[in-house]
Amino acid sequence: MKLKIAGGRIIDPAQNLDQITDLYIDAGAIIALGEGPDGFIAEETIDASGQIVAPGFIDLCAQLGEPGQTQRGTIASETAAAAAGGVTTLVTPPTTIPVVDTTAVAELIQDRAQDSGFARVLPLGALTKGLEGEQLAPMHALATSGCIGFSNARQPITSSMVLMRALEYAATHDLLVVFQAEDRSLVGNGCMHDGSTATRLGLIGIPAAAETIEVARCLLLAEETGVRVHFGQLSTAGSVKLIEEARLRGLPVTADVSAHQLLLTDEQVDGFDSMFHVSPPFRSVADRDALRNGLVTGTITAICSDHQPQDEIAKEAPFAATEIGISSLETLLPLSLLMVEEGWLELPQLIERLCKNPAEVLGVEAGTLEVGSAADITIFDPELRWSPTADQLRSKGKNTPFKALELKGRVTLTLLGGTPVFRL
Amino acid sequence: MFETKHPYRVQLTETGQLKHFITTEGLPRALLTEILDTADSFVDMGAQQVKKVPLLRGRTVANLFFENSTRTLSTFELAAKRLSADVLNLNIATSSTKKGETLKDTLMTLAAMQSDMFVVRHSDSGAAHFIASEVTPGVAIINAGDGRHAHPTQAMLDMLTIRRHKGDFTKLRIAVVGDVLHSRVARSQLHALRTLGVAEVRVIAPRTLLPRDVESFGVKVYQDLTEGLRDVDVVMTLRLQRERMTSALLPSESEYFKLYGITDDRLAFAHPDAIVMHPGPINRGVEISSAVADGKRSVILDQVTNGIAVRMAVMSMAMGGQQAERQARAAAEEGAGQ
Repeated sequence: MKLKIAGGRIIDPAQNLDQITDLYIDAGAIIALGEGPDGFIAEETIDASGQIVAPGFIDLCAQLGEPGQTQRGTIASETAAAAAGGVTTLVTPPTTIPVVDTTAVAELIQDRAQDSGFARVLPLGALTKGLEGEQLAPMHALATSGCIGFSNARQPITSSMVLMRALEYAATHDLLVVFQAEDRSLVGNGCMHDGSTATRLGLIGIPAAAETIEVARCLLLAEETGVRVHFGQLSTAGSVKLIEEARLRGLPVTADVSAHQLLLTDEQVDGFDSMFHVSPPFRSVADRDALRNGLVTGTITAICSDHQPQDEIAKEAPFAATEIGISSLETLLPLSLLMVEEGWLELPQLIERLCKNPAEVLGVEAGTLEVGSAADITIFDPELRWSPTADQLRSKGKNTPFKALELKGRVTLTLLGGTPVFRL
Repeated sequence: MFETKHPYRVQLTETGQLKHFITTEGLPRALLTEILDTADSFVDMGAQQVKKVPLLRGRTVANLFFENSTRTLSTFELAAKRLSADVLNLNIATSSTKKGETLKDTLMTLAAMQSDMFVVRHSDSGAAHFIASEVTPGVAIINAGDGRHAHPTQAMLDMLTIRRHKGDFTKLRIAVVGDVLHSRVARSQLHALRTLGVAEVRVIAPRTLLPRDVESFGVKVYQDLTEGLRDVDVVMTLRLQRERMTSALLPSESEYFKLYGITDDRLAFAHPDAIVMHPGPINRGVEISSAVADGKRSVILDQVTNGIAVRMAVMSMAMGGQQAERQARAAAEEGAGQ
């Protein structure tokens, strides 16, 4: 199908491009910018005037619910949510049921995603069998069947020896290892940040050290083994500092942060609203500001959604007894745009952190509008106001603390390989 | 980007009347004083031969204890009966929740039995708030202890005991001693003491038994017991649970008693008229010596007596608040219908 996207502000940090012009698509790929090729007749012209045309977003962490927890979400429902959020490629963690420690599960996820056709889904394989932290998962086989990297998610690898072996083995095959750093013994039964709000509410606190200790251990072993590592969904100032130092030493380390972690702090939990029950927990103002600074300086290279859909009853209980997470694919853009609105980033810098940078973390050819690349494109209106109420969300999970807010910025059209997968 | 939704808001009607009693936090001083004044009248009544008033006649009070507690349950039961309510005691810890029923389902079922008030004890912080705000807002909820969050009737019976012995709060120096970290009683006490204008509130405990930023309650922190007890008018000891010894918080009961146990020797540093309180049940020789617990400074049994009166007070006030809200709503609907 021949498409012309006309009159939009095209922002593509990968080619340092920010101008109002036209973009041409044929056979699923971008074939020209500015002037159309001779004799090009568009079957459809999309009027993007007043809107931003960007590469499709690449989300480094989104849970889909399938296989195993389809009451939360299915690959079809959650990739449709991704499309509505402007996400064309997403990484999904290995915490499915069963976990992604066999090629069968890895292939099932990719097959279902392909059948649904809303987004490219890249599974992370388990670092250890069953995420149990004892034996290595078959990383090479999993990589061959499409796993983009390896992670033990938030399941502990208590033995530092097992962790070092896992990293050595990943390094052997030049595989990416992703950490969601957390020391289980310091988390304990905690359910929110250990600060004055937890103290007043009588909720058990999770100290910041629960994350930084594990970041430090992983960094030391990464340095020892030379493996490429990425830290997902940071929450503490201490982690940002450790990663910054490691990068200065020249370690191949990257990191991301979820959009909601850039905005909220532990004070929001006052009122026991279970929609704010997340892991890692919302932390102090100082932590949040360190995350914002890290995002500006480049210590944190990408923003992810950390999408975790939950069914209705999962959030209907006293705070600590509720399931964690926010259904956040569809609010990724408006929440991230607040970083521009509040003056932390310019719009092209933000798009770089949603497209080019996560593509580089993964080593995939995506996140750009260069001629010849697949036409994964997100068009959004940065001024459009909306609220993520249940009827507005494609995701099966309606669990968002933002539903009563008026957000600014909404995706109006998403193309995946030149095919519209979402239209507002 | 959000309005702060303090948990205490849910317990007041639009006109500021009590309709649930979830926490002492955020309640105005006048309201706490009203609770104490109302309770005072019930204390005197308890001393008479006929101990009943008809304030809750025809009402059903369900005591829902998701955590076992014979003492607290008994005082709530007695308080409800003295107000002439019909009382239903449910020991839920051993029934429906074990069968997988959610808390919400359990509560909805009980509300369908047309209860007017739930007295709730639950091991999760925020449980009473959750029920009042999201499950059965039309049933008066009295928090009988939720996790580590709040135990407001215990705090108010302590306030009543202090007032009856010491009078004016604003002239007092008060120390709370012991396991603040795990204590819902301590949190409710600290809020109430601050609101009632106590001149100086101290907490005394080793750092392993203090929550992070405990100073944010507006208290002075002491690690040394004798220093912390100096010139105080009231010593409020907290219960120390035995399992704390096995969870790397303290080395031993004997070391705790040596450093933080309330003894006559230690009390010599306090004001000569200082009173000693304890929410019970007491671990003699751990938090407090037998000599002190049974001695002339101890007001521990007064606390128990006052507990019934305070519970009667908040039960009748919350029921009044619910009723006022229903009437206001009916009037508004009638007005809208015309």
